[in-house]
Amino acid sequence: MELIVIGLNHKTAPIEIRERLAFPEEGLERALLQVQALPSLRENMIVSTCNRVEIYGTARNVDQAAHEMKQFLSRFHGLPLKDFENHLYLLTSEDAVKHIFRVASSLDSMVVGEPQILGQIKSAYQTAVEIKTSGVILHRLLHRAFHVAKRVRAETMIGNSPVSVSSVAVELGKKIFETLEQKTVLLIGAGEMCELAAQHLMAGGAEKILVTNRTYERAISLASQFKGEAVLFEEIEAGLKKVDIVISATDSLQYLLHHDQIAKVMKDRKQRPIFFIDIADPRDIDPKVGNIENVYLYNIDDLQKVANDNIKDRGKEARKAESLVQEEVVRFVTWYRSLEVTPTITALREKFEEIRKRELEKTLSLHPDLSEKERQSLEAMTSAIINKILHSPLTLLKRSNEEATTDLYIDSIRALFGIQDAFEEEKEGLKKNETP
Amino acid sequence: MNILFFKITSLFYLLGTLTYLAYIFSLKETFSKVSFTIVLIGFASHTLAFLTRLVEAGHTPVTNLHESLSFFAWMIIGIFLVVYLKYKIKVLGSFLTTVALILMLFAYTLPKDILPLAPVLKSFWHPFHVVFAFLGNAVFTLTFCCGVMYLIQENQLKSKKMGAIAKRLPSLKVLDDLNYQSLTFGFPMLTLGIITGAIWAEYAWGRYWGWDPKETWSLITWFFYAALLHQRLTVGWRGRKAAIMAIVGFLATLFTFLGVNLILPGLHSYSKW
Repeated sequence: MELIVIGLNHKTAPIEIRERLAFPEEGLERALLQVQALPSLRENMIVSTCNRVEIYGTARNVDQAAHEMKQFLSRFHGLPLKDFENHLYLLTSEDAVKHIFRVASSLDSMVVGEPQILGQIKSAYQTAVEIKTSGVILHRLLHRAFHVAKRVRAETMIGNSPVSVSSVAVELGKKIFETLEQKTVLLIGAGEMCELAAQHLMAGGAEKILVTNRTYERAISLASQFKGEAVLFEEIEAGLKKVDIVISATDSLQYLLHHDQIAKVMKDRKQRPIFFIDIADPRDIDPKVGNIENVYLYNIDDLQKVANDNIKDRGKEARKAESLVQEEVVRFVTWYRSLEVTPTITALREKFEEIRKRELEKTLSLHPDLSEKERQSLEAMTSAIINKILHSPLTLLKRSNEEATTDLYIDSIRALFGIQDAFEEEKEGLKKNETP
Repeated sequence: MNILFFKITSLFYLLGTLTYLAYIFSLKETFSKVSFTIVLIGFASHTLAFLTRLVEAGHTPVTNLHESLSFFAWMIIGIFLVVYLKYKIKVLGSFLTTVALILMLFAYTLPKDILPLAPVLKSFWHPFHVVFAFLGNAVFTLTFCCGVMYLIQENQLKSKKMGAIAKRLPSLKVLDDLNYQSLTFGFPMLTLGIITGAIWAEYAWGRYWGWDPKETWSLITWFFYAALLHQRLTVGWRGRKAAIMAIVGFLATLFTFLGVNLILPGLHSYSKW
């Protein structure tokens, strides 16, 4: 039994292809059941986000399974295989384990360290559990993946610094004000940019929004969206006295706010700190305003630069995380090998024991006059023969760490002694239950 | 006995400082927890050192420079523990334990013997005077550390860097609030220190005030902090200006405590060594 993952992500496929292959939420259950019905697959789980589409599964014959999964993708989405085949990646066993660990730890994300992916994997797993397409191996694999993701968060600083412009702005606000709660924001301009920035600050905890705009009506309509207040453009200075954060994004060609004007406002504010975010191009606020005490002025380039620096830092932390992932992969693979070996050993022992019992009974029934002591001797002798015969093959199996040789031994033993694949048995049982 | 506890304390403060520095560099929570425990044990040992010395000497053991430095460090760590429990600002430990360690190491090099008490120090007012004065000094050390952190953090934000340093320091709001709160606590302590000192002077030398260098300098320090408090309350001085004032004020405090003793001749020179 091998782990297998087939899929594509933001690195291997353009958005047009990813869109076509994405599984809509309402179609996910149907897709899971269809994959489950593929002859080669035993367990499966589907991850579908805007940056990746992946099917995880376990199969005895990897090549066959891969072929069937590709066909399934093409059939399900009604897209010829040749249109997307070279965007797909196929990973098996150890590589597949490493892949899911990296994905869950957000090392494979477009923005490395972004936290959403873990939740997306969790919900994909949840669905697979509900539909009962995940079994013992995926179960263990996913739980380890969540554990690895947790370790990466705790032991590296990968998710500690914000990497998007809006989250940098929120973080800066917190470095100035400690918290955004009970803070008032003034929006200068009523465009989309202002609206977006305001949404982020509100999500960050900001309490109240004031909006000012040259066209007063638009200020009113945006203000009502946030249950805020509109301020007349001529009364902007009165607004500045009341707020803690100012976001400016008008299309004015000249500076709207000047050094002397803000210096005077600061005096009236009794020097209470104020945070200006100028996201307009060309800029709305004279850069000299930033020199005034207790005034913090950031324009869009400043925010972008902080975000870029943080992205570089994440790269450093990502290297630490990679070695952590590697360590966990080794741990998982060791468990996984033991999982393959144990049922084979049990089955082999059971088979020999069964033969021994049957033959012993035959012999004993031919000699009813044997004493209890003689019967026990025969019992002991036959047991000893079996143990001696099995000793060296079982030792070999248990000691084998190499994946390829373990598989070879397991397959040979099963073929030589006619033992059925334990997993196949289980799957047949499952399928019978599904279609009564 | 008290010397043994003093040495154990110094060792714990050294370890505490090292682990607190490890914390500020690595930001690993474990370091912060370990450091706090070490400093807490150090403080307990310091308390024992003080109490055993009190018993062995038979008077409040703040009569020479060694004792004063150790007492000062004890107060600083005490203030740190209180502030930590209230505000949970971990990096403050990296600053305050360092200051306390420096004072302890200085005290370590000085003669540690218990000397017979100079007659002038035998006073009901002496313990009150030293407790208020050093409590004030210790709180102003906190104000100073907040001021230093504020200036660093403000510089980071103004120069538009949000790197490793900014990440490690508290927000400007927290630093400025703590600056103000420590000022409102430290200033009354300093005032009480000066008043009890004056009363004691009346008993010892028959005058409340004699413009001795110590008296003069503590008055200068008092005026300085009074001015800062006044500006904060009326004009709304805050942030950078208040941080700079807190740093200058601390330098004046240090000079009043150490400079006057070591450089200027005067009535407080019994606490030279």
